[in-house]
Amino acid sequence: MAQLLVRLGMAVIGLLVVVPASQAMSIQKIDGPPGVEAWLVEDYTVPMIAMDFVFAGGAAQDPADKPGVANMLSSLLDEGAGAMTSAEFQKALDDRSINMSFDAGRDGFYGDLKTLSENRDEAFGLLAAALQTPRLDKEPVERIRAQIAASIKSDANDPQTAATLAVCAKAFPNHPYGRPLDGTAESVAAISRDDLETYRSHVFARDNLKVAIVGAISAKEAGTMLARVFGPLPDRAKLTPVADIVPQAGIIAIDQPNPQTLIRFGGPGIKRDDPDFMAGYVVNHILGGGSFSSRLYTEVREKRGLAYTVSTSLVTLAHADAFAGGTATRADRAPETIALIKSEVARFAAEGPTEAELAKAKSYMIGSYALRFDSSSKIARQVLGIMVDNLGIDYVEKRNSLIEAITIEDARRAARRLFVDGTTMVATVGPAKTKTATAETQVPPQL
Amino acid sequence: MDQRRLSPDRRRFSAVLRVFVALFVTFSLAGFATTVALAGEPVRIAPDATTFTLDNGMQVVVVPDHRAPIVTHMVWYKIGAADDPPGKSGIAHFLEHLMFKGTKAHPAGEFSSKVSEGGGQENAFTTADATAYFQTIGKERLGTVMAFEADRMEGLELPDKVVLSERDVILEERRMRIDNDPGAQLGEAMNAALYQNHHYGIPTIGWMHEMQGLTAADALAQYRHYYTPNNAILVVAGDVTPEEVRRLADVTFGRVPRRAEPGERDRPKEPPPLAARTVNLSDPRVTEPSWQRNYLVPSYSSAKPGEAEALDVLADILGRGTTSRLYRALVVEQGLATSAGSYYSGESLDYGRFGVFASPRGDVQLSKLETAVDGVIADIRDHGVTPEELATAKQRTRAQAIYAQDSQAMLARIIGMALATGQPLDAVQGWPARIGDVTVEDISAAAKTYLDARRSVTGTLTPAPAEGRS
Repeated sequence: MAQLLVRLGMAVIGLLVVVPASQAMSIQKIDGPPGVEAWLVEDYTVPMIAMDFVFAGGAAQDPADKPGVANMLSSLLDEGAGAMTSAEFQKALDDRSINMSFDAGRDGFYGDLKTLSENRDEAFGLLAAALQTPRLDKEPVERIRAQIAASIKSDANDPQTAATLAVCAKAFPNHPYGRPLDGTAESVAAISRDDLETYRSHVFARDNLKVAIVGAISAKEAGTMLARVFGPLPDRAKLTPVADIVPQAGIIAIDQPNPQTLIRFGGPGIKRDDPDFMAGYVVNHILGGGSFSSRLYTEVREKRGLAYTVSTSLVTLAHADAFAGGTATRADRAPETIALIKSEVARFAAEGPTEAELAKAKSYMIGSYALRFDSSSKIARQVLGIMVDNLGIDYVEKRNSLIEAITIEDARRAARRLFVDGTTMVATVGPAKTKTATAETQVPPQL
Repeated sequence: MDQRRLSPDRRRFSAVLRVFVALFVTFSLAGFATTVALAGEPVRIAPDATTFTLDNGMQVVVVPDHRAPIVTHMVWYKIGAADDPPGKSGIAHFLEHLMFKGTKAHPAGEFSSKVSEGGGQENAFTTADATAYFQTIGKERLGTVMAFEADRMEGLELPDKVVLSERDVILEERRMRIDNDPGAQLGEAMNAALYQNHHYGIPTIGWMHEMQGLTAADALAQYRHYYTPNNAILVVAGDVTPEEVRRLADVTFGRVPRRAEPGERDRPKEPPPLAARTVNLSDPRVTEPSWQRNYLVPSYSSAKPGEAEALDVLADILGRGTTSRLYRALVVEQGLATSAGSYYSGESLDYGRFGVFASPRGDVQLSKLETAVDGVIADIRDHGVTPEELATAKQRTRAQAIYAQDSQAMLARIIGMALATGQPLDAVQGWPARIGDVTVEDISAAAKTYLDARRSVTGTLTPAPAEGRS
């Protein structure tokens, strides 16, 4: 890890740091079971191992009429496996403080494992059982089903959740991305053990798997562990094809009796492998990225006190890309805030950033990259992200030079491409009065 | 600065309601950072950390971590929301926001620009007991951020226009964190009932009607009284040595004159709690009822030796995770709840809080849920815990401590918070060993003393029919 960071530092910020040779390390490929792509960052500073992995597929592989299967399965893998009941499995994890968790994303079924290196064998053994022979017994299935149902019901009036569900449904009609990740009250009630088992047998395979390991383990040991965990899985996944889709425009107004109106806005994005992606990433930072000096932060919060937070981001999925932003303001000022954001986004699309803004943004992005690698868990996440995006094993070393190379022309072009349709989707969640006002200020967008 | 975005790829995650709660829960549950120890031996948190004091009274702590060429720089002031004067609730937090508005020497935005250009990250937060400002940045910029931070310790300037606009921002922050969320509103009501006299009963962000009247003069009064080097703690964690930090501190913070004597932090104390209290919040926005209870207990700073550690282990065995007693009994065995657990918030100056919570499964009534929770609490209070449960809890503590050493930023927070609430550095470093000393008798004594209904507030959140809305 240290070597990784030092390389980052020296390549771009010109840091001179002396690092003891014993700490030198880098990303290496591991020989695991056939078909599995696995990378390792060996580091013995802390006696622990962090592993992140993903099976391509995710919630997009849920049956069309039963959203929520992947999400439910992600809560059940550690609820009993092989000869161990739910209680025994949970106790085995707890006794050795092994952290194991699973998460269904839109495009990937994610897992992560964190263990003290002294408990390595038990941890990988438990993970192997969870993936290969989960029991899916009636008691935990019904318990988890009740938890998910309660959570869906409880979130029904949460403004953030309401906005997310409505925006996805509108932006991605008749597409897996438009369905709720957690499912609906009806679909969760209908999911059967067979649905869960079918999903597992189709998605948990070796040819759609990527693994990142960080910590106190050698490449050879890691290879052995991977063979044990993933070796017995099918060599090929059976995935249902998912269509590419461009996020649709729309205006959404959800009536909720809150004192504050939540606002979401967005439009089509830019592909991760598009030559303009990096420039798009930088101009998004200038417009609304997470700093105290973005344009929207300055206009909405600093100058006018309209909101506590306002920010934007680029969303890159396997089959769709989006630009997305959000803020929240007192209900009677929502129309004014929306109008301000629309005008700032349009102005930025037309003019792009200034030379000074671009220079500052590049300086921030180059300098801050190293902060993403300051713990084993964060490194594992970063490395897996690089693998998923197919950026190459040398990406960490070349990434900052890609930022450095962005010219003002690149930035202006990317701003135009990204933000000209940057507010074709506008969603509000707040009291009905705002709904009227919002609708009146909108012209129905065309795509 | 964190915010949920329009990313369809995000799963839901629970809102952080108040910085106060977030910090306390985080500190108590996340464990402490340490270096490696042999299996089974007590670990020591940040054994290489050292502390010294500048001539003007500012305390300095250095936590070397040479894994990456990065430093986390934090300045803590011993002033929090519980120090807000009557009628001025929210002023400590408002002042925290206003500290980003520029000084005589550096206009608004210059410090943030410098941090940003250096690739650094910055923020600040306020708790009931402390206000902290921090940056994480490449080590070569440490001197720069120290100079800026020292400058705003004494040079703050607050034009009225800036103050009024920022006041609108904190009102939006309150609407977002509290008023848009009935669960957070219940939390405020429960705190107000739990602390009958101490200012912990006043929300850190402030009551809306008082926030609306806060002024620059109010903020500057607190600033002049509390923002003085002898009331501040500097924590630097990362790729530095104590010698480097001392050299940089001498020419930055060391030059800020001592300008006030805030004195002992002697705040109004609680009367003996005599009445079990119940608080209900019914709101049309609530779709799923929930139940919780808070007990008034001592904090790490105010507890008798060993008592806070016993409460920590008690909360762990009673309600941490899926193997805990509450989860096993209510969620798995009786099938009455979808969630159940407990926690101890002890990183505060005057009092801590022992929290228990549960959400009903299906149409189970809250009264039935409460009876079942009370059964589990009565059992642990009357019969104690088993030696096996205690051994497992200690093992968990040790593992958490090793995991947590992965993050220098978290380590700086843990140490800063402990020192700002009156604990010495060696108390933080020796915490795992003190957990190791807890006995089953200690836990029984703590449970008998503190899991007493008279010390508690029980809160329920229930749906209500919409009024006057179609």
